[in-house]
Amino acid sequence: MADWVEACAVDDVDEEDVIRFDHGGRSFAIYRSPDDEFFATDGFCTHEKAHLADGLVMDDIIECPKHNGRFNYKTGQAKGAPVCVDLKTYPVKVEDGKVMIDIG
Amino acid sequence: MTAAGTKRDYSLVGESTRRAIETGLASAEWYHTDVARRTMKELMQRSDGPAIRDTVIWIAAILGSAAGIIWFWGMWWVVPFLFVYGVLYGSSSDSRWHECGHGTAFRTRWMNDVVYHIASFMLMRNPVQWRWSHARHHTDTIIVGRDAEISVMRPPDLLKAALAFTGILDFRYSLPTLVRQALGKLSDEEKSYIPEVEQGKAVVAASWHMVVYIATIAVAIALGSWIPLVLIGLPRLYGTWHMVMTGLLQHIGLADNVTDHRLNTRTVYMNPVSRFIYWNMNYHVEHHMFPMVPYHALPRLHELIKHDLPQPNPSVWHAYREVWPVLLRQLKYEDYYLKRELPPTAKPYRCEFHQVDVAAAAAE
Repeated sequence: MADWVEACAVDDVDEEDVIRFDHGGRSFAIYRSPDDEFFATDGFCTHEKAHLADGLVMDDIIECPKHNGRFNYKTGQAKGAPVCVDLKTYPVKVEDGKVMIDIG
Repeated sequence: MTAAGTKRDYSLVGESTRRAIETGLASAEWYHTDVARRTMKELMQRSDGPAIRDTVIWIAAILGSAAGIIWFWGMWWVVPFLFVYGVLYGSSSDSRWHECGHGTAFRTRWMNDVVYHIASFMLMRNPVQWRWSHARHHTDTIIVGRDAEISVMRPPDLLKAALAFTGILDFRYSLPTLVRQALGKLSDEEKSYIPEVEQGKAVVAASWHMVVYIATIAVAIALGSWIPLVLIGLPRLYGTWHMVMTGLLQHIGLADNVTDHRLNTRTVYMNPVSRFIYWNMNYHVEHHMFPMVPYHALPRLHELIKHDLPQPNPSVWHAYREVWPVLLRQLKYEDYYLKRELPPTAKPYRCEFHQVDVAAAAAE
Protein backbone atom coordinates (compact mmCIF):
# COMPACT_ATOMS: atom_id res chain seq x y z
CA MET A 1 0.00 0.00 0.00
CA ALA A 2 1.32 3.42 -0.93
CA ASP A 3 2.54 5.61 1.90
CA TRP A 4 3.68 8.93 0.46
CA VAL A 5 5.65 11.20 2.75
CA GLU A 6 7.18 14.59 2.13
CA ALA A 7 10.96 14.21 2.10
CA CYS A 8 12.17 17.72 1.29
CA ALA A 9 11.66 20.75 -0.90
CA VAL A 10 12.92 20.58 -4.47
CA ASP A 11 15.50 23.29 -3.76
CA ASP A 12 16.94 21.39 -0.81
CA VAL A 13 18.85 19.12 -3.17
CA ASP A 14 21.44 20.52 -5.55
CA GLU A 15 21.63 19.19 -9.05
CA GLU A 16 23.72 15.98 -9.22
CA ASP A 17 23.68 15.65 -5.45
CA VAL A 18 22.07 13.77 -2.59
CA ILE A 19 20.67 14.55 0.86
CA ARG A 20 19.66 12.49 3.84
CA PHE A 21 16.04 12.06 4.92
CA ASP A 22 15.09 10.30 8.14
CA HIS A 23 11.53 9.20 8.84
CA GLY A 24 9.97 6.78 11.29
CA GLY A 25 13.27 5.32 12.43
CA ARG A 26 14.38 4.73 8.85
CA SER A 27 16.91 6.60 6.81
CA PHE A 28 16.76 7.39 3.11
CA ALA A 29 18.86 9.13 0.47
CA ILE A 30 17.14 11.57 -1.90
CA TYR A 31 18.91 12.22 -5.20
CA ARG A 32 18.61 14.90 -7.84
CA SER A 33 20.05 13.70 -11.14
CA PRO A 34 21.92 15.92 -13.64
CA ASP A 35 18.75 15.94 -15.79
CA ASP A 36 16.76 17.28 -12.84
CA GLU A 37 14.88 14.12 -11.86
CA PHE A 38 14.46 12.93 -8.28
CA PHE A 39 15.11 9.44 -6.93
CA ALA A 40 15.16 7.79 -3.52
CA THR A 41 16.95 4.78 -2.04
CA ASP A 42 17.69 3.37 1.38
CA GLY A 43 20.12 5.69 3.12
CA PHE A 44 22.78 3.24 4.18
CA CYS A 45 25.18 1.35 1.95
CA THR A 46 24.45 -2.39 1.74
CA HIS A 47 28.12 -3.18 2.38
CA GLU A 48 28.74 -1.46 5.71
CA LYS A 49 27.00 1.18 7.71
CA ALA A 50 27.91 4.38 5.89
CA HIS A 51 25.31 6.91 4.84
CA LEU A 52 25.16 7.50 1.12
CA ALA A 53 24.21 11.15 1.63
CA ASP A 54 27.90 11.75 2.37
CA GLY A 55 28.83 10.17 -0.94
CA LEU A 56 29.37 11.46 -4.44
CA VAL A 57 26.75 11.55 -7.20
CA MET A 58 28.16 11.15 -10.70
CA ASP A 59 25.61 10.87 -13.50
CA ASP A 60 23.37 8.00 -12.37
CA ILE A 61 25.86 6.60 -9.85
CA ILE A 62 26.10 7.15 -6.10
CA GLU A 63 29.48 6.29 -4.61
CA CYS A 64 29.62 5.33 -0.95
CA PRO A 65 31.89 7.59 1.12
CA LYS A 66 33.49 4.76 3.06
CA HIS A 67 34.75 2.20 0.54
CA ASN A 68 33.79 3.81 -2.76
CA GLY A 69 31.21 1.12 -3.52
CA ARG A 70 29.00 2.23 -6.40
CA PHE A 71 25.28 1.86 -7.01
CA ASN A 72 22.99 3.04 -9.76
CA TYR A 73 20.66 5.13 -7.63
CA LYS A 74 17.91 4.97 -10.28
CA THR A 75 17.69 1.17 -10.18
CA GLY A 76 19.52 0.37 -6.94
CA GLN A 77 21.87 -1.95 -8.80
CA ALA A 78 25.21 -2.64 -7.09
CA LYS A 79 27.96 -2.00 -9.61
CA GLY A 80 30.69 -4.26 -8.19
CA ALA A 81 33.04 -4.84 -5.26
CA PRO A 82 32.95 -3.94 -2.48
CA VAL A 83 29.19 -3.76 -2.87
CA CYS A 84 27.42 -6.96 -3.84
CA VAL A 85 23.83 -6.35 -2.64
CA ASP A 86 21.50 -3.98 -4.49
CA LEU A 87 20.01 -0.91 -2.80
CA LYS A 88 16.28 -0.70 -2.22
CA THR A 89 14.71 2.10 -4.24
CA TYR A 90 11.47 3.99 -3.61
CA PRO A 91 8.98 5.68 -5.95
CA VAL A 92 9.29 9.47 -6.00
CA LYS A 93 7.01 12.26 -7.19
CA VAL A 94 7.24 16.04 -7.08
CA GLU A 95 4.17 18.02 -6.01
CA ASP A 96 4.01 21.77 -5.38
CA GLY A 97 7.77 22.05 -5.09
CA LYS A 98 7.93 19.16 -2.60
CA VAL A 99 9.70 15.83 -3.12
CA MET A 100 7.45 12.98 -2.01
CA ILE A 101 8.58 9.37 -1.59
CA ASP A 102 6.48 6.26 -1.21
CA ILE A 103 7.92 4.36 1.75
CA GLY A 104 5.09 1.87 1.87
CA MET B 1 51.15 5.92 27.22
CA THR B 2 51.44 2.41 28.55
CA ALA B 3 48.83 0.27 30.10
CA ALA B 4 48.63 -3.16 31.56
CA GLY B 5 47.96 -4.97 28.33
CA THR B 6 47.69 -8.42 26.90
CA LYS B 7 49.58 -9.90 24.00
CA ARG B 8 48.08 -8.85 20.74
CA ASP B 9 46.61 -11.55 18.55
CA TYR B 10 46.79 -10.32 14.97
CA SER B 11 44.88 -13.25 13.53
CA LEU B 12 41.63 -12.15 11.90
CA VAL B 13 39.71 -15.03 13.41
CA GLY B 14 41.15 -15.07 16.93
CA GLU B 15 40.82 -13.60 20.41
CA SER B 16 41.48 -9.98 19.39
CA THR B 17 38.86 -10.31 16.68
CA ARG B 18 36.27 -11.43 19.20
CA ARG B 19 37.23 -8.64 21.58
CA ALA B 20 37.12 -5.97 18.85
CA ILE B 21 33.62 -7.04 17.88
CA GLU B 22 32.42 -7.22 21.49
CA THR B 23 33.81 -3.82 22.44
CA GLY B 24 32.41 -2.08 19.38
CA LEU B 25 35.81 -1.35 17.84
CA ALA B 26 34.90 -3.33 14.74
CA SER B 27 32.97 -1.39 12.10
CA ALA B 28 32.84 1.59 14.44
CA GLU B 29 31.93 5.21 13.80
CA TRP B 30 35.15 7.15 13.10
CA TYR B 31 36.03 10.78 13.64
CA HIS B 32 35.82 13.15 10.68
CA THR B 33 36.85 16.78 10.58
CA ASP B 34 33.94 19.02 9.68
CA VAL B 35 34.01 20.05 6.04
CA ALA B 36 31.07 21.82 4.41
CA ARG B 37 29.19 19.57 2.01
CA ARG B 38 29.69 21.87 -0.99
CA THR B 39 33.44 22.05 -0.36
CA MET B 40 33.69 18.31 0.08
CA LYS B 41 31.70 17.79 -3.10
CA GLU B 42 34.21 19.91 -4.98
CA LEU B 43 37.12 17.99 -3.49
CA MET B 44 35.55 14.65 -4.36
CA GLN B 45 35.00 15.55 -8.01
CA ARG B 46 36.53 13.05 -10.39
CA SER B 47 38.48 13.88 -13.48
CA ASP B 48 40.33 11.70 -15.97
CA GLY B 49 42.83 14.42 -16.85
CA PRO B 50 45.40 14.27 -14.02
CA ALA B 51 45.50 10.47 -13.90
CA ILE B 52 45.78 10.13 -17.71
CA ARG B 53 48.67 12.61 -17.67
CA ASP B 54 50.39 10.79 -14.81
CA THR B 55 49.76 7.37 -16.32
CA VAL B 56 51.19 8.38 -19.69
CA ILE B 57 54.33 9.65 -17.92
CA TRP B 58 54.42 6.49 -15.80
CA ILE B 59 54.11 4.09 -18.75
CA ALA B 60 56.59 6.08 -20.84
CA ALA B 61 59.11 5.99 -17.99
CA ILE B 62 58.56 2.24 -17.52
CA LEU B 63 59.02 1.50 -21.22
CA GLY B 64 61.98 3.87 -21.50
CA SER B 65 63.82 2.36 -18.55
CA ALA B 66 62.98 -1.17 -19.76
CA ALA B 67 64.51 -0.28 -23.13
CA GLY B 68 67.59 0.98 -21.28
CA ILE B 69 67.88 -2.32 -19.40
CA ILE B 70 67.71 -4.33 -22.61
CA TRP B 71 70.13 -2.02 -24.44
CA PHE B 72 72.76 -1.82 -21.71
CA TRP B 73 72.39 -5.37 -20.40
CA GLY B 74 75.78 -6.69 -19.33
CA MET B 75 77.24 -3.20 -18.80
CA TRP B 76 77.46 -1.01 -15.72
CA TRP B 77 75.24 1.48 -17.48
CA VAL B 78 72.34 -0.85 -16.85
CA VAL B 79 72.35 0.03 -13.12
CA PRO B 80 70.57 3.41 -13.27
CA PHE B 81 67.96 1.93 -15.60
CA LEU B 82 67.41 -0.95 -13.20
CA PHE B 83 67.06 1.57 -10.39
CA VAL B 84 64.40 3.59 -12.22
CA TYR B 85 62.56 0.60 -13.66
CA GLY B 86 62.61 -1.22 -10.34
CA VAL B 87 61.04 1.69 -8.44
CA LEU B 88 58.43 2.28 -11.13
CA TYR B 89 57.51 -1.40 -11.27
CA GLY B 90 57.99 -2.45 -7.67
CA SER B 91 56.96 0.71 -5.82
CA SER B 92 54.87 3.15 -7.83
CA SER B 93 52.57 0.29 -8.82
CA ASP B 94 51.45 0.21 -5.18
CA SER B 95 49.98 3.71 -5.26
CA ARG B 96 48.36 3.03 -8.66
CA TRP B 97 46.88 -0.17 -7.28
CA HIS B 98 45.67 1.76 -4.27
CA GLU B 99 44.08 4.75 -5.94
CA CYS B 100 42.53 2.76 -8.79
CA GLY B 101 41.26 0.23 -6.25
CA HIS B 102 39.40 3.05 -4.55
CA GLY B 103 38.13 4.10 -7.97
CA THR B 104 39.19 7.68 -7.41
CA ALA B 105 42.18 8.09 -9.76
CA PHE B 106 40.13 8.31 -12.95
CA ARG B 107 36.54 9.37 -13.39
CA THR B 108 36.02 6.59 -15.95
CA ARG B 109 35.54 3.26 -14.25
CA TRP B 110 37.21 1.04 -16.84
CA MET B 111 40.37 3.14 -16.69
CA ASN B 112 40.56 2.56 -12.94
CA ASP B 113 39.97 -1.15 -13.47
CA VAL B 114 42.62 -1.56 -16.19
CA VAL B 115 45.35 0.21 -14.19
CA TYR B 116 44.23 -1.61 -11.02
CA HIS B 117 44.70 -5.02 -12.62
CA ILE B 118 48.06 -4.13 -14.20
CA ALA B 119 49.36 -2.73 -10.90
CA SER B 120 48.04 -5.74 -8.96
CA PHE B 121 49.98 -8.00 -11.28
CA MET B 122 53.16 -5.96 -10.86
CA LEU B 123 52.79 -6.23 -7.09
CA MET B 124 51.99 -9.96 -7.10
CA ARG B 125 48.73 -9.17 -5.39
CA ASN B 126 45.52 -10.98 -6.05
CA PRO B 127 43.31 -8.11 -7.27
CA VAL B 128 40.14 -9.62 -5.80
CA GLN B 129 41.59 -10.56 -2.41
CA TRP B 130 43.34 -7.25 -1.94
CA ARG B 131 40.30 -5.19 -2.86
CA TRP B 132 38.51 -6.76 0.07
CA SER B 133 41.44 -6.63 2.48
CA HIS B 134 41.80 -2.94 1.75
CA ALA B 135 38.11 -2.33 2.37
CA ARG B 136 38.61 -3.95 5.77
CA HIS B 137 41.69 -1.77 6.36
CA HIS B 138 39.51 1.30 5.86
CA THR B 139 36.70 0.00 8.05
CA ASP B 140 38.95 -1.06 10.91
CA THR B 141 42.21 0.82 10.49
CA ILE B 142 44.82 -0.66 12.87
CA ILE B 143 42.16 -2.42 14.91
CA VAL B 144 43.98 -5.53 16.10
CA GLY B 145 42.24 -8.71 15.00
CA ARG B 146 40.31 -6.91 12.26
CA ASP B 147 42.69 -4.98 10.03
CA ALA B 148 44.22 -7.28 7.40
CA GLU B 149 46.93 -4.78 6.44
CA ILE B 150 48.87 -4.04 9.62
CA SER B 151 52.43 -4.06 8.31
CA VAL B 152 54.37 -3.81 11.59
CA MET B 153 52.80 -5.66 14.47
CA ARG B 154 53.71 -5.31 18.13
CA PRO B 155 56.19 -6.11 19.46
CA PRO B 156 57.87 -5.06 16.21
CA ASP B 157 60.03 -7.53 14.34
CA LEU B 158 62.75 -5.09 13.29
CA LEU B 159 64.67 -7.63 11.21
CA LYS B 160 61.51 -8.37 9.28
CA ALA B 161 60.85 -4.65 8.82
CA ALA B 162 64.40 -4.13 7.53
CA LEU B 163 64.14 -7.10 5.18
CA ALA B 164 60.90 -5.66 3.83
CA PHE B 165 63.00 -3.02 2.04
CA THR B 166 64.55 -5.79 -0.05
CA GLY B 167 61.19 -7.25 -0.97
CA ILE B 168 62.39 -10.74 -0.06
CA LEU B 169 59.78 -11.48 2.59
CA ASP B 170 56.92 -10.07 0.59
CA PHE B 171 58.05 -12.00 -2.49
CA ARG B 172 58.28 -15.16 -0.41
CA TYR B 173 54.75 -14.57 0.81
CA SER B 174 53.12 -13.22 -2.35
CA LEU B 175 54.23 -15.81 -4.89
CA PRO B 176 53.31 -18.93 -2.86
CA THR B 177 50.03 -17.23 -1.95
CA LEU B 178 49.18 -16.75 -5.62
CA VAL B 179 50.13 -20.38 -6.35
CA ARG B 180 47.93 -21.61 -3.49
CA GLN B 181 45.03 -19.43 -4.59
CA ALA B 182 45.44 -20.49 -8.22
CA LEU B 183 45.05 -24.07 -6.98
CA GLY B 184 41.71 -23.05 -5.51
CA LYS B 185 42.72 -22.85 -1.85
CA LEU B 186 41.80 -19.74 0.12
CA SER B 187 42.84 -19.51 3.77
CA ASP B 188 40.34 -19.06 6.60
CA GLU B 189 41.60 -15.49 7.08
CA GLU B 190 41.07 -14.67 3.41
CA LYS B 191 37.60 -16.16 3.60
CA SER B 192 36.90 -13.94 6.63
CA TYR B 193 36.96 -10.80 4.48
CA ILE B 194 36.31 -12.02 0.91
CA PRO B 195 32.57 -12.62 0.45
CA GLU B 196 31.67 -16.08 -0.78
CA VAL B 197 30.39 -14.78 -4.13
CA GLU B 198 33.81 -13.22 -4.79
CA GLN B 199 36.01 -16.17 -3.76
CA GLY B 200 35.80 -17.88 -7.15
CA LYS B 201 36.93 -14.66 -8.83
CA ALA B 202 39.98 -14.57 -6.53
CA VAL B 203 40.98 -18.06 -7.74
CA VAL B 204 40.56 -17.07 -11.40
CA ALA B 205 42.62 -13.89 -10.92
CA ALA B 206 45.46 -15.81 -9.25
CA SER B 207 45.41 -18.32 -12.12
CA TRP B 208 45.87 -15.56 -14.69
CA HIS B 209 48.83 -14.18 -12.80
CA MET B 210 50.41 -17.62 -12.74
CA VAL B 211 49.87 -18.05 -16.48
CA VAL B 212 51.84 -14.85 -17.15
CA TYR B 213 54.66 -15.86 -14.80
CA ILE B 214 54.92 -19.30 -16.36
CA ALA B 215 55.00 -17.72 -19.82
CA THR B 216 57.74 -15.32 -18.68
CA ILE B 217 59.85 -18.19 -17.35
CA ALA B 218 59.30 -20.09 -20.59
CA VAL B 219 60.46 -17.09 -22.65
CA ALA B 220 63.52 -16.65 -20.40
CA ILE B 221 64.47 -20.31 -20.88
CA ALA B 222 63.83 -20.15 -24.63
CA LEU B 223 66.00 -17.04 -24.98
CA GLY B 224 68.59 -18.26 -22.49
CA SER B 225 68.36 -14.81 -20.87
CA TRP B 226 67.53 -13.35 -17.47
CA ILE B 227 66.08 -10.22 -19.04
CA PRO B 228 62.42 -11.38 -19.13
CA LEU B 229 62.57 -12.15 -15.41
CA VAL B 230 64.39 -8.93 -14.60
CA LEU B 231 61.56 -7.08 -16.35
CA ILE B 232 58.65 -9.18 -15.06
CA GLY B 233 58.57 -10.50 -11.51
CA LEU B 234 61.99 -9.70 -10.09
CA PRO B 235 61.40 -5.91 -9.83
CA ARG B 236 59.13 -6.94 -6.97
CA LEU B 237 62.42 -7.63 -5.18
CA TYR B 238 64.84 -4.96 -6.31
CA GLY B 239 62.43 -2.06 -6.72
CA THR B 240 60.19 -2.35 -3.71
CA TRP B 241 62.22 -0.22 -1.29
CA HIS B 242 60.45 3.06 -2.04
CA MET B 243 57.04 1.52 -1.47
CA VAL B 244 58.20 0.14 1.87
CA MET B 245 59.94 3.37 2.87
CA THR B 246 56.79 5.41 2.34
CA GLY B 247 54.23 2.75 3.17
CA LEU B 248 55.63 1.77 6.55
CA LEU B 249 55.26 5.35 7.73
CA GLN B 250 51.50 5.30 7.23
CA HIS B 251 50.82 3.80 10.64
CA ILE B 252 54.04 2.47 12.21
CA GLY B 253 54.52 3.15 15.92
CA LEU B 254 51.22 4.98 16.31
CA ALA B 255 48.22 4.06 18.44
CA ASP B 256 46.18 0.97 17.70
CA ASN B 257 42.56 0.26 18.62
CA VAL B 258 41.48 3.89 18.37
CA THR B 259 38.70 5.20 16.12
CA ASP B 260 40.39 8.39 15.03
CA HIS B 261 42.74 8.47 12.05
CA ARG B 262 44.53 11.47 13.48
CA LEU B 263 45.99 9.20 16.16
CA ASN B 264 46.83 6.05 14.20
CA THR B 265 47.83 7.47 10.83
CA ARG B 266 50.64 9.76 9.75
CA THR B 267 50.92 12.55 7.19
CA VAL B 268 54.47 13.22 6.02
CA TYR B 269 55.65 16.00 3.72
CA MET B 270 57.67 14.53 0.85
CA ASN B 271 59.61 15.69 -2.18
CA PRO B 272 57.80 15.92 -5.55
CA VAL B 273 59.42 12.79 -7.00
CA SER B 274 58.33 10.65 -4.05
CA ARG B 275 54.90 12.22 -4.23
CA PHE B 276 54.64 11.25 -7.91
CA ILE B 277 55.71 7.69 -7.11
CA TYR B 278 53.37 7.60 -4.11
CA TRP B 279 50.55 9.54 -5.76
CA ASN B 280 50.19 11.92 -2.80
CA MET B 281 49.46 9.14 -0.31
CA ASN B 282 51.84 10.94 2.03
CA TYR B 283 48.66 12.85 2.97
CA HIS B 284 47.56 9.69 4.65
CA VAL B 285 45.43 11.00 7.50
CA GLU B 286 43.47 12.98 4.95
CA HIS B 287 43.10 9.93 2.72
CA HIS B 288 41.81 7.73 5.52
CA MET B 289 39.42 10.34 6.79
CA PHE B 290 38.01 11.07 3.32
CA PRO B 291 38.82 8.18 0.96
CA MET B 292 36.52 9.68 -1.67
CA VAL B 293 38.94 12.51 -2.37
CA PRO B 294 41.20 11.72 -5.36
CA TYR B 295 44.96 11.80 -4.95
CA HIS B 296 45.35 15.05 -6.89
CA ALA B 297 43.00 16.88 -4.49
CA LEU B 298 44.68 15.69 -1.28
CA PRO B 299 47.03 18.70 -0.98
CA ARG B 300 43.97 21.00 -1.10
CA LEU B 301 42.16 18.87 1.46
CA HIS B 302 45.25 18.98 3.67
CA GLU B 303 45.30 22.79 3.60
CA LEU B 304 41.64 22.84 4.50
CA ILE B 305 41.72 20.55 7.54
CA LYS B 306 45.26 20.77 8.86
CA HIS B 307 44.09 22.90 11.80
CA ASP B 308 42.39 19.77 13.08
CA LEU B 309 45.26 17.34 12.50
CA PRO B 310 48.55 16.62 14.24
CA GLN B 311 51.56 18.45 12.83
CA PRO B 312 52.79 16.44 9.81
CA ASN B 313 56.32 15.11 9.84
CA PRO B 314 58.40 17.49 7.72
CA SER B 315 60.29 14.67 5.97
CA VAL B 316 60.62 10.91 5.67
CA TRP B 317 63.89 11.09 7.58
CA HIS B 318 62.24 13.04 10.40
CA ALA B 319 59.42 10.51 10.62
CA TYR B 320 61.81 7.56 10.91
CA ARG B 321 63.97 9.35 13.47
CA GLU B 322 60.88 10.07 15.50
CA VAL B 323 59.55 6.53 15.41
CA TRP B 324 62.80 4.60 15.86
CA PRO B 325 63.02 5.00 19.67
CA VAL B 326 59.34 4.09 19.92
CA LEU B 327 59.95 0.83 18.08
CA LEU B 328 62.89 0.03 20.32
CA ARG B 329 60.75 0.60 23.38
CA GLN B 330 57.94 -1.50 21.96
CA LEU B 331 60.34 -4.45 21.91
CA LYS B 332 60.01 -4.49 25.70
CA TYR B 333 56.64 -2.83 26.18
CA GLU B 334 54.35 -3.56 23.32
CA ASP B 335 51.65 -1.23 24.65
CA TYR B 336 53.94 1.75 24.18
CA TYR B 337 53.19 3.97 21.19
CA LEU B 338 53.85 7.37 19.71
CA LYS B 339 51.10 9.67 20.82
CA ARG B 340 50.12 12.19 18.18
CA GLU B 341 49.57 15.59 19.73
CA LEU B 342 46.55 17.42 18.42
CA PRO B 343 46.93 21.18 17.98
CA PRO B 344 44.91 23.55 20.19
CA THR B 345 42.68 24.27 17.19
CA ALA B 346 41.70 20.60 16.87
CA LYS B 347 38.69 18.84 18.28
CA PRO B 348 39.86 16.35 20.93
CA TYR B 349 39.76 12.58 20.55
CA ARG B 350 36.26 11.28 21.20
CA CYS B 351 34.94 14.80 21.49
CA GLU B 352 31.53 13.51 22.56
CA PHE B 353 33.12 12.54 25.90
CA HIS B 354 34.54 16.03 26.28
CA GLN B 355 31.18 17.56 25.48
CA VAL B 356 29.63 15.44 28.22
CA ASP B 357 32.30 16.69 30.61
CA VAL B 358 31.65 20.30 29.70
CA ALA B 359 27.91 19.86 30.10
CA ALA B 360 28.37 18.13 33.45
CA ALA B 361 30.74 20.85 34.67
CA ALA B 362 28.30 23.54 33.60
CA ALA B 363 25.51 21.83 35.52
CA GLU B 364 27.53 21.78 38.75
